[in-house]
Amino acid sequence: MAASPPRKSSKEELLVLPGEIGRSGGRLVVALRSEPKTLNPLTSVDIPSREVIGTMQADLVHINRATQLTEPALAKSWKISPDGLRYTLVLRRGLKFSDGYPLDADDVLFTFRVYLDEKVHASQRPFLIIDGKPISLRKVDAQTLVFQLAKPYAVEERLFDGLAILPRHLLEKPYEEGKIAQLGALTTPPNQWAGLGPFRLKEYVAGQRLVLERNPFYWKTDTKGNRLPYLDELVFLFVPNADAQVLRFQSGETDVISSTGAENFSVLSRDKKDYTMVDAGPGLEYNFLFFNLNDLGEKTSADLLQKQKWFREVKFRQAVSVAIDREAIVRLVYQGRGAPLWGLVTPGDRRWQDEKLPHPPRSLERARALFKEAGFSWTTASNGESTLLDSTGKPVEFSIITQSSSAERSKMAALMQDDLKQLGIRVQLVQLESRSLADRVTQTKEYDACVLGVFSSDADPNADVDVWLSSGRLHLWNPSQTHPATPWEAEIDRLFNAQMYARTFEERKKLYDRMQEILWDNQPMIFLASPDILTGARKSVGNFRPAVLQPYVLWNVEQLYLENDAVNASR
Amino acid sequence: MSGRRTISRWLVFVIALHLLVIFAGFFAPYDPAEQDRKNPYLPPMRLHLVDHQGHFHARPFAYGVKLREGSFDQYEEDRTETFPLKFLVRGASYRFLGLVPSRLHLFGTETDRIYLLGSDSYGRDQLSRFLYGGRVSVFAGLLGASVTLLLGLCVGLAAGYYGGWRDDLLMRLAELFLALPWLYLLFALRAFLPLAVGPLEAFFLIIVVLGIVGWARPARLVRGVVLSAKERDFVRAARGFGAADGYLLRRHILPETSSVLLTQATMLVPQFILAEMTLSFLGLGVPEPVPSWGNLLSSLQQYSVLVSYWWMYLPALIMLPFFLGYLGLGSELQERAEPYKIGR
Repeated sequence: MAASPPRKSSKEELLVLPGEIGRSGGRLVVALRSEPKTLNPLTSVDIPSREVIGTMQADLVHINRATQLTEPALAKSWKISPDGLRYTLVLRRGLKFSDGYPLDADDVLFTFRVYLDEKVHASQRPFLIIDGKPISLRKVDAQTLVFQLAKPYAVEERLFDGLAILPRHLLEKPYEEGKIAQLGALTTPPNQWAGLGPFRLKEYVAGQRLVLERNPFYWKTDTKGNRLPYLDELVFLFVPNADAQVLRFQSGETDVISSTGAENFSVLSRDKKDYTMVDAGPGLEYNFLFFNLNDLGEKTSADLLQKQKWFREVKFRQAVSVAIDREAIVRLVYQGRGAPLWGLVTPGDRRWQDEKLPHPPRSLERARALFKEAGFSWTTASNGESTLLDSTGKPVEFSIITQSSSAERSKMAALMQDDLKQLGIRVQLVQLESRSLADRVTQTKEYDACVLGVFSSDADPNADVDVWLSSGRLHLWNPSQTHPATPWEAEIDRLFNAQMYARTFEERKKLYDRMQEILWDNQPMIFLASPDILTGARKSVGNFRPAVLQPYVLWNVEQLYLENDAVNASR
Repeated sequence: MSGRRTISRWLVFVIALHLLVIFAGFFAPYDPAEQDRKNPYLPPMRLHLVDHQGHFHARPFAYGVKLREGSFDQYEEDRTETFPLKFLVRGASYRFLGLVPSRLHLFGTETDRIYLLGSDSYGRDQLSRFLYGGRVSVFAGLLGASVTLLLGLCVGLAAGYYGGWRDDLLMRLAELFLALPWLYLLFALRAFLPLAVGPLEAFFLIIVVLGIVGWARPARLVRGVVLSAKERDFVRAARGFGAADGYLLRRHILPETSSVLLTQATMLVPQFILAEMTLSFLGLGVPEPVPSWGNLLSSLQQYSVLVSYWWMYLPALIMLPFFLGYLGLGSELQERAEPYKIGR
């Protein structure tokens, strides 16, 4: 059955995974939103590429997507020196890449050399620069490595998650020739690509599918000693449209559906025949409204400058925040499959919630009081419609831009439009194509307000460093500042940087809580809601345990298996 | 059957339908933008004359509805509550003909809201949205088609009648317009406009965009008709007697184009109503929460809506009589214009 018999030599230090014992064999079909752009971990940025690479590569230390805690992976153990500057990692013995070549410390040295090389422009590089200095490492023996940091780093061993260890025997030559970033096209012959993940490349059919096969040298076994993964083949089908993915799943062409909207989820749940639908609970996506707080200078229209006077008034933002019916957003946009948000930490992130953060219900009275305090007033027209006026007597109206591709965010905006109408604010909705929206928010800065969302990649604050530091490119309300524009942004910068290098979780948590409270007080982003991760699988798929961290379904792909009949049927 | 009688029937039919949308404020029971957040995707309520105990009521009534425990969109009838339908009730304010403020509605209930065509994802009344949406769509379609045809007619007449370099120039221009990638040009156009476009501006914008995008095809058709018409014997004869260009165009050639124009018009109006949907997607249509038929139809693009909420199709079904009305009227008018060509 297996391509190579599991050689249980004493030298091979395999990882034993607890969990249900599965059956070997069979093929699992998964839909991807688009073709992955590359198989190369150095250049991948799109979600489909990362999803595929995740099943073909492995890291030294891995974050368990279910517990959200770190676990040994290629490194069987690690030790952090008391001063937090030196990490000693010990590799498992006797491991092999998917082409049979052995792994040793030189591969790790090579990998980090490539990641840290400025000329390669690896997407991982920024995470390996700590306090302006790159991490350095040296080999102690064939199994042991020492990483040296310039400053204690709060994420500690989580740092290594997702950093694929590259095969030196295949990539060293292209690297010396400066061609490593061009490698990893989907058309690469299978024998010229290798990794340490549970699957390896088998076949690619342009525009249709990517087929991976079982890596016979994979380094995990189940508790009975069967070498993982159970599946013989993993097939990725390219299905561009969310509705089409649902249809494929319903017709049995795909075996799992990895994240679907609430509406499609309820359609599938209603007529479920031979599949199980699982609501894995709120994920790490947070959606929010923000106002244009950029310092725009002279060339901007007087109209926008006038509006910015309102937007900069903190009571104005607080009033808008308290006027929003978040419960209605969760119910009408996510059909109740989501959670209202008052801060950036979603309920899916178990460790970083700030319990002290207030969760005030919607209150128009409170909003009116805040507007009044800030010098706004109302006038009533003959037909009974009231209009909010600012201190100079100008009616308050602004527009909210949303992505036309995101029906959910557009719907949130439409609900807020109605919420604010009750306070006499006229809101106009403008749907823009995603790229022109991004252009307006980060380049031209010609907009009033915008609804967007951020997917955190990890349940750790550092994942969103670009959003919270005032110099970040995704510091959306006023991106890429040279100096913090306001005292509270300076304070957030300070707190965020401090937590990045704090030594204990408690200390970090305290700093991060404080940051959340400052965000709450100043409302630069008005947090709205977080959707649940909605998934489904055919009943025959065993060990199906979706998580709220990406990849939602395939995080335990090595343990997924197909039950008896399904194995025969798919052959 | 006499053509004139049929025409007047079609005319009455079409006018009646238009009155329905012109006086949307009166016929619609509610404000089309009002959200009833506890009743999203409510199926159309049934009107009863006989209650569940078998008693007959002279006044039609509906039972209340309750959300089934723990569900988002599954409702059941709550027979403890009845809403008798009242006529000529006072409700949401609107402006009669856009001028006179009024609160009078054809029908409604005194207590809770009644949804004869169901509600949409925000709990807005589909019937009111349909009627108000018709205002935008029907008139944008009609005016857009008029602009298109007028432009097409002028260009077609000029090109066909004068011929020569003018013909070449105009027709190459028309081909250019047909060949342009409109979707991308409209994206670009959107970038030049101010970010937020109000409903009224959007309405005129739609008409202008439809007119500009659409004129080339009718212009080519009209040119073809004019080319053949100007070689007709009676046209030559008139010219021989010294008729001026203006007289010839008006008296002899223009009538020849009427059948082409009418068939184009009956096709363009429904087509433009749908085109407005595309424009909405590009941010050039009427913005939320103002309803339009394009907006109403666009929710049907979602698979989940398609399979879960059958009443979302109803607006599409009720649009059919409108389209049918135009078609009927168009073909009758055509028959009347050229009885000898089609004949019965």
